[in-house]
Amino acid sequence: MSNAPVDKGRRRFLTVATAVVGGVGAVGAAVPFIASWNPSAKARIAGAAVEMKIDKIDPGQLVRAEWRGSPVWVIRRTQAMLDSLPLVEGNLRDPESNEPQQPEYAKNQHRSIDPEWFVAVGICTHLGCSPQFIQRDFVDMEGVDSGFFCPCHGSRFDIAGRVFSGVPAPTNLVIPPHYFVDDATILIGEEEGAA
Amino acid sequence: MSFMNWIDKRIPFSNTMKLHVTEYPAPKNFNFWYLMGSLAIVVLVNQIVTGIWLTMNYNPSAEGAFASIEYIMRDVEYGWLLRYMHSTGASAFFVVIYLHMFRGMMYGSYQKPRELLWIFGMLIFLVLMAEAFMGYLLPWGQMSYWGAQVIISLFSAIPVVGDELTTWIRGDYVISGATLNRFFALHVIALPLVIVILVFLHLIALHEVGSNNPEGVDNKKPKGTVKPEDQAQFKFHPRYTDKYDIVDAIPFHPYYTVKDIVGLVVFLILCSLVIFYAPTMGGFFLEPPNFEAADPMRTPEHIAPVWYFTPFYAILRAVPDKLLGVVAMGGAIVMLALLPWLDRSKARSIRYRSTLHKVNLTQFAISFVILGYLGAMPATDLYTLMARICTVLYFGFFIFLFLYSKNEKIKPLPERLLK
Repeated sequence: MSNAPVDKGRRRFLTVATAVVGGVGAVGAAVPFIASWNPSAKARIAGAAVEMKIDKIDPGQLVRAEWRGSPVWVIRRTQAMLDSLPLVEGNLRDPESNEPQQPEYAKNQHRSIDPEWFVAVGICTHLGCSPQFIQRDFVDMEGVDSGFFCPCHGSRFDIAGRVFSGVPAPTNLVIPPHYFVDDATILIGEEEGAA
Repeated sequence: MSFMNWIDKRIPFSNTMKLHVTEYPAPKNFNFWYLMGSLAIVVLVNQIVTGIWLTMNYNPSAEGAFASIEYIMRDVEYGWLLRYMHSTGASAFFVVIYLHMFRGMMYGSYQKPRELLWIFGMLIFLVLMAEAFMGYLLPWGQMSYWGAQVIISLFSAIPVVGDELTTWIRGDYVISGATLNRFFALHVIALPLVIVILVFLHLIALHEVGSNNPEGVDNKKPKGTVKPEDQAQFKFHPRYTDKYDIVDAIPFHPYYTVKDIVGLVVFLILCSLVIFYAPTMGGFFLEPPNFEAADPMRTPEHIAPVWYFTPFYAILRAVPDKLLGVVAMGGAIVMLALLPWLDRSKARSIRYRSTLHKVNLTQFAISFVILGYLGAMPATDLYTLMARICTVLYFGFFIFLFLYSKNEKIKPLPERLLK
């Protein structure tokens, strides 16, 4: 061993280089631990689209489907319900559905493909409770009898799932991707033409 | 003692015992409030031991969890007792921790040089909340499920990555068996380890700076400033006496171990009353909907967290905006952690501080209790208004404190602890 003078620059370079390579290794080693928290292949498959028969639903009736573990409501709206939509617009936070809570084809007053059929994820956008479907005395307003009321924190949504202003929920209810396979069948969780 | 010699040559057992127990100088004027630290350690041990025994019969799966709790309650010998000791212990933990924290606020125990001690304490509080939250999911009852749904949804308020983050936390698009299993792993392994390590650091930091006391004045004086006959007449570890003259102190053992045991007996009697006569504590320790199995399709009429989260939950609900509500809730805890830097008073203890400070601390305590009540109740118009007022008062405490504490008129501080 020679007692050559310490080359400080070289020593610093080696220290930094070792630390950087070690750091990259540590980050790489963290990947499997973090990625293993993502939904598993099984959970992703369970998140696939669900089919629902709608030919036996009466006007004014709400039927629940389960999609990705959340309740999805399918409601066949009556004319009275549809007539109430313009009446409440002054009290809504986002009557035009500007927030991206729905696919493009549901960005309209009735927030659906067909005005009669309303499809929505039945989870309050505030903190994930499931609102109740109210069909009588929903708000103190002539001609508005139905809507959704969340019992957890008092959020209200109209019969197109549009949120009222002055309630905790920030946005309208989520409209899942869906389409009519035929007159009697609806597919929830997939766009028309996808896979 | 040759056996102890043999040990001490290999590991510093006797020295450590002297340093931290038998020759640790504790101020002689500890009162009721100073029981809470040792009680918290007893509760921690209780949680670990009963927790280990519960895992022996608990089944961490969405299909089996609820039934395995019923099995523990009905079929396992003394299973009901182990479970109620664990569930009551969780609430007891927060009772003593909240009192412990309030003690620190009353006597200014967070002030210099105890900032890091206080920060370790706040970290323990944070991890303890995560621990309790994850533990509450495990019975897989209605309130377990929906409570977790509400709390995990908080993360979706974070812009851009919020939704991805919540899916990542849940491991599914909803709370499912995947969530239950990872919460189980964190609840029984990861977080208890973190808590034990933090408690260790908390104690080491405490013994480095020394305990505060109700007078808030130091009982360590610069070396050579106190006449020998005025110093505490006990043998303390040279680690302390080499640097300081110790006054008005007594060794932790036997004086405070004996005192703490008296407090412990009373505490255990109170805990036993709850465990044997009111294990659900009227729905506050274990909520009625949690005696029904989790049902993702049906939300309970009213979702309320367990009582120890309700003050922060009330703050969350008081803010009309989702993201700002989450920020306010987190801010409520961050403000506590910042106390050492917000409080610029020259006096530590409330005994020597201004009337203004006494009023401010009192209103803070009252606001906190009212928020705790409101957080457990449904949000009516009146309650929301009250929650907003109390939220303002809660944050107001810290803001006022920062403003008046620098030039606060304090009573003259005593040289020594009261004799």
